[in-house]
Amino acid sequence: MCTYLTESIKATGSGKGASGWFGLDEVNVYFDHPVHAPADHTVNIDFRNVGKGPSARVAVELTVETARALAKAIETTLAAAPPGLV
Amino acid sequence: MKESLSAETVMIAGHDGDQIEAYVARPGDTDSFGGVVVIHHMPGYDTSTKEIARKFAAHGYLAVMPNLYYREAPGASPDDAAAAARAKGGVADEQLVGDVAGAAEYLRAQPGCNGKIGVIGYCSGGRQSFLSACSLPLQAAVDCYGGAVVHVPEQAPASMKPLVGLSKDLSCPLLGLFGADDQFPTPAETAELSAVLDSFGKSHEFHTFSGAGHAFFSVDRPAYRVDAANEGWAMIWEFFGKHLAS
Repeated sequence: MCTYLTESIKATGSGKGASGWFGLDEVNVYFDHPVHAPADHTVNIDFRNVGKGPSARVAVELTVETARALAKAIETTLAAAPPGLV
Repeated sequence: MKESLSAETVMIAGHDGDQIEAYVARPGDTDSFGGVVVIHHMPGYDTSTKEIARKFAAHGYLAVMPNLYYREAPGASPDDAAAAARAKGGVADEQLVGDVAGAAEYLRAQPGCNGKIGVIGYCSGGRQSFLSACSLPLQAAVDCYGGAVVHVPEQAPASMKPLVGLSKDLSCPLLGLFGADDQFPTPAETAELSAVLDSFGKSHEFHTFSGAGHAFFSVDRPAYRVDAANEGWAMIWEFFGKHLAS
């Protein structure tokens, strides 16, 4: 099914796409059909620079298990960072 | 039938006269043919849907697939364009109808077209096929597992409305192809839609394939179900043959 669900956040950081590095200003997360991953539905994340156009995008399509593990890994990494850095 | 064809990218007038990209596949075995508007799925104006357009041409139909995301991303790859369109909330129903109207008009103007126009869509395009058939004068429509026709999921954009209320305006016979294991739409929802269409005396035939779920026609996805897809294609050829033939 097409879920039509999209979570969008403002972003600061950088991503590396097909034409090199660019600054990020938006990240969209959605659970829907993938383009490439061999699954019916995946957690899709688009790291974008809206001003640079549609091709300024770093895309990932993750299985549910991988997406949950990634979210946990990010929180674990931040929690383990030395005091004062985060 | 030799299944010869030619295909190319053209520009057509879409909603509000906007120039949008479209993929056209022309049959090579016949001088007189019906037209089919192919509505791509949410992942976009992609290779697999262009392949479907060529399949229609190989079977003797003039097919056109408008790039519904062209406005957001002219020249971009289909997946980037789909991401950009999604970030903007997707394609508004009014714009979709305008784009399909433009595509149908393009088909009618082509030499050899008999003026009979059908529409087909898959997944989100299935919903949009039903929307088009309730909004435009067409001769046949196929809805392949289109969701959000009877019930719209809570998380959908606020602009997305159920379409079942448009049933009384259905302009042409409708073929619905669904999977028994699909959750969106469920067999209960398609049965509800069928009952509403019956109440308005609208010609339709719905088939729900056991052992198949959503996207069973997609040959490049795990959801592909060969038996349902083969049987479904046979139904499509019979249906369009009956309603679009010269």
